[in-house]
Amino acid sequence: MNPLTNLSPRVRAWLGFGLGAVVLFAAAPALLTDFRLSLLAKYLCFAIVAVGIGLAWGRGGLLTLGQGVFFGLGGYAMAMHLKLADAGEGNMPDFMELYGQLDELPAWWAPFANPVFALAATVLLPMLVAFGLGSLVFRRRVRGAYFAILSQALAAAMVILLIGQQGTTGGTNGLTDIEGFFGYDLDDPVNQRMVYFIIAGVLLALLALTRQLMHSRYGELLVAVRDSEERVRFLGYNPANVKLVAYVVAAGMAGLAGALFVPAVGIISPALIGIVPSIEFVIGVAVGGRAALLGPVLGAVAVAWAKTALSERFPGTWTYLQGAMFVLVVAFLPGGLASLWGLLKRRREATPPAPEVGERVLVKEVAA
Amino acid sequence: MSETAGGLSIRGLRVVFDGFVAVDGVDLDVAPGDLRFLIGPNGAGKTTLVDAVTGLVKATGSARFGGQELLGRDVHRIARLGVGRTFQTAALFEELTVLQNLDIAAGAGRSPWTMLRRRGAVPDDVAYALETIGLTERRDVLAGTLAHGQKQWLEIGMLLVQNARLLLLDEPVAGMSHEEREATGELLGKVAGERTVVVIEHDMDFLRRFAHTVTVLHAGRVLSEGTVAQVQSDPKVQEVYLGHAAGHDEPVAQGAET
Ligand SMILES: Nc1ncnc2c1ncn2[C@@H]1O[C@H](COP(=O)(O)OP(=O)(O)O)[C@@H](O)[C@H]1O
Ligand SMILES: [Mg+2]
Repeated sequence: MNPLTNLSPRVRAWLGFGLGAVVLFAAAPALLTDFRLSLLAKYLCFAIVAVGIGLAWGRGGLLTLGQGVFFGLGGYAMAMHLKLADAGEGNMPDFMELYGQLDELPAWWAPFANPVFALAATVLLPMLVAFGLGSLVFRRRVRGAYFAILSQALAAAMVILLIGQQGTTGGTNGLTDIEGFFGYDLDDPVNQRMVYFIIAGVLLALLALTRQLMHSRYGELLVAVRDSEERVRFLGYNPANVKLVAYVVAAGMAGLAGALFVPAVGIISPALIGIVPSIEFVIGVAVGGRAALLGPVLGAVAVAWAKTALSERFPGTWTYLQGAMFVLVVAFLPGGLASLWGLLKRRREATPPAPEVGERVLVKEVAA
Repeated sequence: MSETAGGLSIRGLRVVFDGFVAVDGVDLDVAPGDLRFLIGPNGAGKTTLVDAVTGLVKATGSARFGGQELLGRDVHRIARLGVGRTFQTAALFEELTVLQNLDIAAGAGRSPWTMLRRRGAVPDDVAYALETIGLTERRDVLAGTLAHGQKQWLEIGMLLVQNARLLLLDEPVAGMSHEEREATGELLGKVAGERTVVVIEHDMDFLRRFAHTVTVLHAGRVLSEGTVAQVQSDPKVQEVYLGHAAGHDEPVAQGAET
């Protein structure tokens, strides 16, 4: 028997985090070129979004097809602050000067000059929007495909809004040419590494937080709501509140990911947060395994990496490949790549062990 | 007086589905601690009556429990007033363990702080319920893997830890073996007394063994009510069930199961 399976879950979790830390903090920086490492930083931002989707969708059954909105809110909040800091006190960001339509900074930009406000906004703004939307939607018992379509509509609306307000949002171009990050020059590879380390640290911290949530009583209740919302109601809970918590937490994670994406990549734009990226977030999670803790992370990184690798070589075919991958996983491996391990183990031992909470996954919301 | 102590009192209850009257002006009183059986042919409106009382379908009239009006409240608010129910087909959280099912059932009043932490020890009420329903040994298996009878017991256990003072059970022994029925009947006997229990059931043997009182529903109305003997000798009941074949005492057997 595998000696690892004899360890208590807590010890195994610590080992897992230790291993993750070694890979992210030692192995990757030692083995990868600066260019590859900055790509990995970008993938890890997607992985942070994926952790939240894993909670909301994998455990809560909420097919969040509009996480781009929250990613975008966090990204724009961060980018606005960095643009203002780049411009220097009292000046307008370069693109506003360029379009020359404005005499002074719009009022809603002003608070973002304050770093504390901007940082808090990257997380709280998405959470607030998710809270508002979730309160409306879950209490009215909007579920399944309807919820997914609504999420998508929100992503589309946000893109239209951003593009329409070119003078104050940078329009289609977005906010680009970001040079500094709280006083550090982002052109310097050392500082790029620092950004990578921050992102890796945030990812690990959020994984720990999510693991705690999944193993808490709340995490059990969330699975119960996913599998039988009516039944939960008859026990005296309001399932709307249970879902709302997962949705808001996932939105906060997406916002933070968007905020970290900006110094890692140097840009945020409508094309990065609209319908297509929102769907891509979910595809990564589905491929990796939505109900497992690490499945979404591995899936998000793998899909983003494959996108870079394959669209370099076969431009134009990536979209189809991605679609095919999604369909294959949904049809043949609903638990994603993360469930392969369990399947293999079960086959070897021939005795089916009790799966962990939520490891087996229903395909129904995807199909719905 | 009985009403405030945990009795159920229904007046003029009416449920209409797109013009079809499923429950048609039912008056029903269940005294605190009673073990009431609710019988009637298929389609009589038994399940719909329970649905109305627990907030699942809209109804007019009145349904009071412990002095509180139930109609018009949300499902989860009615549950919090101490009304619990089971369903014709077991509705457990199949991907959670027996223990997790019970722990969730026990937890609607928990603080956010408690919710965000792990369960430490097994709560006392959950441990007690596990004993009562005989599933202590099986507490760590997934609910979905339980035998049919055990699933129904787990549902009853969930009502116990939920602290329901009115239990509405929709055909809890359907599909059970004879031994399982006996065990369930005894369990219900134990539960009633402290709590008020209403059981929808077709099995006449089971009813004779365990019912304290019986209400017969027919076409959305109360046809007869009383002790088992009173109801069985009621000519109206015999007519509905048997078409005049008085004396025969297996009234509900055919065509009654859903
Ligand atoms: N949601 C519904 N919509 C329309 N008709 C319904 C609905 N639920 C039940 N009915 C009808 O109401 C009547 C009573 O059903 P029910 O309460 O399930 O009967 P019982 O439980 O006594 O067998 C039946 O004729 C049934 O077809
Ligand atoms: Mg019925």
